[in-house]
Amino acid sequence: MAKRARPWKMPPVIELQAVSKRYGAQAALDAASLRVASGEFVALVGGSGSGKTTLLKTINGLVRPDEGRVTALGEDAAAASHALRRRIGYAFQEVGLFPHRTVAENIAVTPTLLGWEAARIAARVAELLALVSLPRAVGDRLPAELSGGQRQRVGVARALAGEPALVLMDEPFGALDPVTRDTLGADYRALHDRLGLTTVMVTHDMAEAALLADRVVVMKAGRILADGAPADLLARNVDPEVRDLLEAPLRQARRLEDRFGA
Amino acid sequence: MSPRLAAAFERLSEYLGAHVLLSASALVLGVATSLPLAIAATRSARLRWPLLALASLIQTIPSLALLALFYPLLLALSALSLAALGVGFSALGFLPSLLALTLYSMLPILRNTVAGIGGVEPAIREAADALGMTPRQKLLQVELPLAAPVVMAGIRTAAVWTIGAATLSTPVGQTSLGNYIFAGLQTENWVFVLFGCAASAGLALAADQLLGLMEAGLRRRRRLLVLAGAVGLVAGVAFALLPLAGLGRPAAYVVGAKNFSEQYILAELMAGRLEREGARVARKDNLGSAVAYRALAAGELDVYVDYSGTLWTNVLGRTDNPGRQAVLDQLTAELARRDDVRVLGSLGFENAYAFVMRPDRARELGVASIADLARQAPGLRLGSDLEFLSRPEWKAVETAYGLKFRSATAYQPTFMYRALAGGEADVISAFSSDGRIAADRLVVLTDPKAAIPPYDAVVLVSPRRRDDARLLAALQPLIGKLPVEAMRAANYSVDRDGGKASPAEAARKLQTDLGL
Repeated sequence: MAKRARPWKMPPVIELQAVSKRYGAQAALDAASLRVASGEFVALVGGSGSGKTTLLKTINGLVRPDEGRVTALGEDAAAASHALRRRIGYAFQEVGLFPHRTVAENIAVTPTLLGWEAARIAARVAELLALVSLPRAVGDRLPAELSGGQRQRVGVARALAGEPALVLMDEPFGALDPVTRDTLGADYRALHDRLGLTTVMVTHDMAEAALLADRVVVMKAGRILADGAPADLLARNVDPEVRDLLEAPLRQARRLEDRFGA
Repeated sequence: MSPRLAAAFERLSEYLGAHVLLSASALVLGVATSLPLAIAATRSARLRWPLLALASLIQTIPSLALLALFYPLLLALSALSLAALGVGFSALGFLPSLLALTLYSMLPILRNTVAGIGGVEPAIREAADALGMTPRQKLLQVELPLAAPVVMAGIRTAAVWTIGAATLSTPVGQTSLGNYIFAGLQTENWVFVLFGCAASAGLALAADQLLGLMEAGLRRRRRLLVLAGAVGLVAGVAFALLPLAGLGRPAAYVVGAKNFSEQYILAELMAGRLEREGARVARKDNLGSAVAYRALAAGELDVYVDYSGTLWTNVLGRTDNPGRQAVLDQLTAELARRDDVRVLGSLGFENAYAFVMRPDRARELGVASIADLARQAPGLRLGSDLEFLSRPEWKAVETAYGLKFRSATAYQPTFMYRALAGGEADVISAFSSDGRIAADRLVVLTDPKAAIPPYDAVVLVSPRRRDDARLLAALQPLIGKLPVEAMRAANYSVDRDGGKASPAEAARKLQTDLGL
């Protein structure tokens, strides 16, 4: 929190100022404001339709806001050029691996766009495969030959390939079995700390958010209902809906303990 | 091998080469225009709908009509460019065929490219954007490679259509495998018709298989298959075009013929005489009636035979009938003045429109003249060729005698005679030099009001060749030397069912019989 105390020394990595976005009559974002400092791991939580994915996509310019202003890495995100996007890692649930390229080629996309030398790219691909715990031989395979978990690991590796300082993730470990999901999440958190990244992760799973993130932002109907460290949120928040959401994993954990007889 | 089959094989390399050149060019041009248009359409919904609607609309125009439409269009453009830039171009043959077939090939390519790019998963598109690809990089590295199999399937469909429709370019003066079909239909040479169909179907099948190989290669991401298909295609096209290289030397003279037996025979007769003089001659067969004269005036043909009445009504737009000699004299003067075309003279026979009936039917109804016919007409069915009912001659006769038939049906000339013989028509608009009139002992009705103009067969020479000594020397001896009986016999030898002669054989026989 020291960083926030001296904003003139440390400008935020991400800043949203009263950002609104409508799809037809539906408001996806309703005057949402958010600042994320360097090194933070922020989880955006909320039900479907709460606007969390839309908010995430305004940060790398995949969604242009109707009103308000978004800055990322010091640039205006609404005018987002491909150059800015190359500096922001992005991983999402559908992964979107290019089916006609091998795993290694998929990971190499951003470095290639950045004009790196072949040797540096090859080294980076090998490094990232190791980082997401995939055997090196996987690099020569096509995405269709991988399991769902392997594909999501490749998606994370691809997001990190261009050595971004900022990483955006949208349910990156969704559609995985709980064990793999837990491992991948923990693995990523370790990476985040080791590489000194700034991460914003969208999830609908409060347990995942509370376990991985330093800071949880709760959204509903395009507005930010609550924002704070997991421990603070429960202590400070009086909104019954937010409390309900936050307490759900706790209640679940207690019931599980009872049933497993631990 | 039967002589007709041998004759078909003899022409194969020329027809196939021209057919492949035309369809391959149209397809390449079609792909080159459709791909960028389709890509633009995927980017703009406002463009997509009108573009696809227009392409579908073009597809609904019968391909023969599309080909026919391009001729007058190009003729006007050529005249415009001649006036503005001093350079004209040929409105006949390759160019109109190429443009029509290109338009025809566009719909499947457009539709499949739009569908192929549109079918790329949104997640993959999103990844391409998020990873920092520019729109161009996304298109070239992601969208097009993923859409490639679907695009290739569209190209494959276009190829099959184009190869099939290219057979219809024969009537606008482009040599193609359609030459077999059109000539065969006119002379009832079914060997030619079948040969032309089989050759064009075989060609379409081969192109389809090779493109299919490329499509499978793209779908299964097997470069080798794509390469094999491409090499096969290029080799096939090169092989088909090879004989054309030998034909590259421009012929000294181009002899034209419209689309019926008499025209084929007369063209062969003139071409044979020129060749005997040592000249290189090219033949352009199966031209439409109006196309032939314009082509001659524009210098794309050097010589062909037309009929005085046709020129009188169609070219000069006259509806009066001042008499046989007066028509010929005025025509000679007018065509020279207007288009610098030389009327070398009449061959000595007429091929007029004539109302013809079966003898038993004519006797039964007591019909000997068109005036008699007019009284019976409301109960009778008229069979005509494809153009007669829209020609001014028909209007003239209709008005002069007050003709009103119970029904009127248009046929290919061959089938028109069949319809008369089979009783499906009571009277037909035949041609007076047709061999079938004598052979079937048909009755030619007289024209007491002289409503039908005279149709002397006249040799026309293009402006460029009007004073060409070699041409004139070769053709002058024909003038006035062909009696109608000789022409009828020659026509019949080509048209009859058994023991058919080819137009070239009939021309040679005519030449010796008349001691020319």
